[in-house]
Amino acid sequence: MTRDERIAHLLKDKGERILVLDGAMGTMIQGYKLQEADYRGERFKDYPMDIKGNNELISLTQPQIIREIHLTYFRAGADIAETNTFGATRVAQADYHMQDLAYEMNVASAKLAREAAEIAESETPGRVCYVAGVLGPTNRTASISPKVNDPGFRNITFDELVVAYKEATHGLIEGGVDLILVETIFDTLNAKAALFAVEEVFDELGFKLPIMISGTITDMSGRLLSGQTPEAFWNSVAHVHPFSIGLNCALGAKEMRPHIATLSRIADTLISSHPNAGLPNEMGEYDETPAQTAALVGEFATSGLVNIVGGCCGTTPGHIHAIAEAVKGLHPRDVPEIERRLRLSGLESFTAAD
Amino acid sequence: MTTATASFINIGERTNVTGSARFKKLILEGDFDAALAVARQQVESGAQIIDINMDEGMLDSEAAMVRFLNLIASEPDIARVPIMIDSSKWSIIEAGLKCVQGKAIVNSISLKEGEEAFLDHARKVQRYGAAVVVMAFDEDGQADNANRKFDICERSYRLLVDKLDFPPQDIIFDPNIFAVATGIEEHNNYGVEFIEATRRIRQSLPYAHVSGGVSNISFSFRGNEPVREAMHSVFLYHAIQAGMDMGIVNAGQLAIYDEIDPELRACVEDVILNRRPDATERLLDVAERFKGGGAKKREEDLSWRELPVGERLTHSLVKGINAYIEEDTEAARLVATRTLDVIEGPLMDGMNVVGDLFGSGKMFLPQVVKSARVMKQAVAYLLPFMEEEKRLTGAAQKQAAGKILMATVKGDVHDIGKNIVGVVLQCNNFEVIDLGVMVPAQKILETAIAEKVDIIGLSGLITPSLDEMCFVASEMERQGFDIPLLIGGATTSRIHTAVKVHPNYSRGQAIYVTDASRAVGVASSLLSDTQKTQYVEDVRLEYNRMALAHANQRNNQERQTLAGARANKVKIDWTGYQPPKPSFLGLKTFDDYPLEKLVPYIDWTPFFSTWEMTGQYPAILSDDKYGEVATSLFNDAQDMLAQMVAEKWIKASAVIGFWPANSIGDDDIEIYTDDTRTERLDVFHTLRQQMLRKNSDRANIALADYVAPRETGIRDYIGGFAVTSGHGEDDVARRFEAQHDDYRAILSKALADRLAEAFAEHMHQRVRREFWGYAADETLSNEDLIAEKYQGIRPAPGYPAQPDHTEKKTLFELLDAEKNAGIRLTESYAMWPGAAVSGIYFSHPEAEYFGVGRIERDQVVDYAARKGMDLAECERWLAPILNYTPGRDVGEAAA
Repeated sequence: MTRDERIAHLLKDKGERILVLDGAMGTMIQGYKLQEADYRGERFKDYPMDIKGNNELISLTQPQIIREIHLTYFRAGADIAETNTFGATRVAQADYHMQDLAYEMNVASAKLAREAAEIAESETPGRVCYVAGVLGPTNRTASISPKVNDPGFRNITFDELVVAYKEATHGLIEGGVDLILVETIFDTLNAKAALFAVEEVFDELGFKLPIMISGTITDMSGRLLSGQTPEAFWNSVAHVHPFSIGLNCALGAKEMRPHIATLSRIADTLISSHPNAGLPNEMGEYDETPAQTAALVGEFATSGLVNIVGGCCGTTPGHIHAIAEAVKGLHPRDVPEIERRLRLSGLESFTAAD
Repeated sequence: MTTATASFINIGERTNVTGSARFKKLILEGDFDAALAVARQQVESGAQIIDINMDEGMLDSEAAMVRFLNLIASEPDIARVPIMIDSSKWSIIEAGLKCVQGKAIVNSISLKEGEEAFLDHARKVQRYGAAVVVMAFDEDGQADNANRKFDICERSYRLLVDKLDFPPQDIIFDPNIFAVATGIEEHNNYGVEFIEATRRIRQSLPYAHVSGGVSNISFSFRGNEPVREAMHSVFLYHAIQAGMDMGIVNAGQLAIYDEIDPELRACVEDVILNRRPDATERLLDVAERFKGGGAKKREEDLSWRELPVGERLTHSLVKGINAYIEEDTEAARLVATRTLDVIEGPLMDGMNVVGDLFGSGKMFLPQVVKSARVMKQAVAYLLPFMEEEKRLTGAAQKQAAGKILMATVKGDVHDIGKNIVGVVLQCNNFEVIDLGVMVPAQKILETAIAEKVDIIGLSGLITPSLDEMCFVASEMERQGFDIPLLIGGATTSRIHTAVKVHPNYSRGQAIYVTDASRAVGVASSLLSDTQKTQYVEDVRLEYNRMALAHANQRNNQERQTLAGARANKVKIDWTGYQPPKPSFLGLKTFDDYPLEKLVPYIDWTPFFSTWEMTGQYPAILSDDKYGEVATSLFNDAQDMLAQMVAEKWIKASAVIGFWPANSIGDDDIEIYTDDTRTERLDVFHTLRQQMLRKNSDRANIALADYVAPRETGIRDYIGGFAVTSGHGEDDVARRFEAQHDDYRAILSKALADRLAEAFAEHMHQRVRREFWGYAADETLSNEDLIAEKYQGIRPAPGYPAQPDHTEKKTLFELLDAEKNAGIRLTESYAMWPGAAVSGIYFSHPEAEYFGVGRIERDQVVDYAARKGMDLAECERWLAPILNYTPGRDVGEAAA
């Protein structure tokens, strides 16, 4: 099956069922209890600094682990794998001085997910598994100053982000992803740079892939870290006509629900939700059981709020399996028709009369 | 705004270096904190979007745009609204787009450089996720007529929507608002062209919006904010009806269409809609009158509320803020040992600052009166506590610097100046006993004894009051007083005090006080143990010298004989002259005349002199020295005036009359009961100039010269009027005084006075246009009216053209003014209520205002005989203009 065929299939699928994203990558990697040497592998055994914790590097040094995790999720019932590229940008990799490996990481991660998808597809004839190429937020913010006493200062520019995201996007597409997923957005300006880059790459390649966008409401304020309300956020990114808009991370399904409900009401595209397995306990661990998470996410589906569901931090193949079971056979949210209005935003949304 | 504008989007314009000098200065100086405050103010004032423009040659515009947007991102109060990134340079726009996380608007792109550049920019706008303003500008330039505006917008729309799939709802057209009323005829229709283009865009280009830089329309009225605001409001009113749904405006400073002065609104509407060829001239005519009136108050800075209580009190006193005075006074009282300490400590400290600033010319009268209001309110608050302390402990009361009795003398009702002096003295810790107006000498002296006052101050505005002041002085001499006597008021003068009052009071000393600002210095010197003797001695020597000089100078003032003066009367060729006949003969009364009709006729210049600020209105509002204070005072006056008119604080009444009349015997005007001219109704006596016209061909004028002599057989007429806007003025002032608010009390009286003058002006115009009707098509601006550019005059008895106040009696009897307008005359022929004007109408084209000047004994003798008045009494009424001393230098009379 070619990518174009898969995308055509995806567009058919989206109207018929609720699609399931996979769960946490980091939590799964932790389960392998990898040591510094495992991270380094043969290729980086002499690397001059500690690189344990650089999870994207595993796609290069322990590719079988990543492939296995993806396969586990597909087998649990995920339709869409998220590539192991959350930190695979030139900007984020600078922490390990591995910025020049960013492109390679994206290509390799995408290929691993695709390989797992093909294994899963072969295990269940007729099944189509999709790969979403993840563009993470990076560890810098374009609209927030890291210096308390110099609010006008920035340690990253839009242009620098565009360069990094273009490189990552080229890698992901080269590696065979079916969709682009800009996720864990806590600064919309970073996301706008990512979307700008993605569209530039599409222009350069002469074709487009569906884009998924997923923001992160960081706390109970109900806003992104950069201050936007969910509605303002949607107005800021709607111009790319994304395949889906949604939220992930930071909150459990329970806390995320009102914001998902808001997006569901205002966005004329698919809604995705991949919450954490509840809020972390004092040890930083997630206690919500697969059944609990699945019950909450399942309610999103029965209430007609969502089209795509999955899990983020703390979720496991068990959670994804439970979620997939919970939404199986449920009708996906109907995409509403939204009135044509001039819709702008600052931190808050603004809608012209007509 | 009106209901049609409910969906209108205000885009804040003040964060634009090309449109705001202040913002530009802040940015050039790198004062980004203050620049942010401008943005915040815009949002707080209701801007739903803020326009940011850094197009300035002296600036790294791109860097400034980036820095400002980054700073805004850290200010949630500002960043909550969308940004409009405004530049004529694409690179600056793009730099801005890279800084905003929200969905912004690009302002602007156009077809100016052709389709390729246009589409390229539009594509980028799309990629950055912004909406866009498209100017009606193409390869041939900016569109200035409706057709071209629409054609360019339509072409732009088709390119965007058809070629780029640009969301039509994200397209905002700016069909170019250009300045109207520039004096260039081709510009007159710019408002109409914009409105028409707007209508067509909204009808034919679905989902697109229309916006524009509204303040462009009024560019030719730079510096006249009230008129500009009115133009913006009227323009928007019509443009919004045509479909304009966004506008770059000074948020928070839009006049409300319905609240614009109707006259101004009509003139503005004519200009915006290009309804008549002379619209611009007419707006220019009224514009000056509205200048400086409408600027809204700026946001309050309350940081001073953080200061210690003493400094807060000083701040309130110096700034005249009474909002917190009770709260702060209470705070000070709680920490004071005795309540009195609050007055003698922090409050007096604050007033001393006020006194110093006033003394050094850094504060002006309106501010001091406001300070006094605050002080009075603080003291009033403390009084019950002091009473209570006194009851419990017998604690001492406040010790004043001195006790001063003030009064407007018998026969006179004018007290604004006296009240101001009283307030200023109180500010300086003098205790003031104010006996009010029309106070007889005996009451003044009895009170002075009973209250053990240190100084008596007399005030008066009309000339007979001068005489009354001399009388009070002589009574003080007779009854053994020796305390100083202060003389003040409009007709008083140093020379009069020196020559006429001072000789009557040798036991004490009469002293002329120019104005309120001098009163404190004079009173302080007179009550100082160390300075008093020397000060009084200096004054006495000066007055003696002045009196002597005056006596000597007198001999040089040669006068014409009455006969000689009559021979040189105004030579009017009466042959063939057809005097206009009034539309009615007899009386016409006006009760409860609409005050709003008078407002446009107000002459503001004298209003400022009342407050001891000299300068022409409106220039005084931007005067280097007085500008700020004058503007503040003017704004307060406008606010009160609006309330006064809306709530009918005062009532205006008037009576006018026209009678058949002819001049008789050179100097008198005979008035007839009807046009048969057989029965005499009354006679106006007039006085003639007696100055020598050696090498001049100027006439020796008397008012009678302007009326056709009886022997010509010409049927001439005169008119008379008495108007007042003073009914209720004292109640209003008392209401404020009861609230210890002298500032408003004085302001209300000053405004009532202005309205009375305006009423006289307005009525005279109606007389010329309708009632007498000899200038039916006269169209004069208020400036022209003030400059007396009309035909005919309306002199008042007691003023230069007829200095004899007693003639008012004749006028009032003819008008039956007390019955018909509620105005009566005091024994000194002052009008009561004080806010009143009366006079006689003359219609002859050659009639002009003049001053009689000093007159000789021969005329007074003749005049007294004509009037049937005792010579001595006549001399008393005419004392201020006598060119001789009655009973003394008879021999010089005919020199």
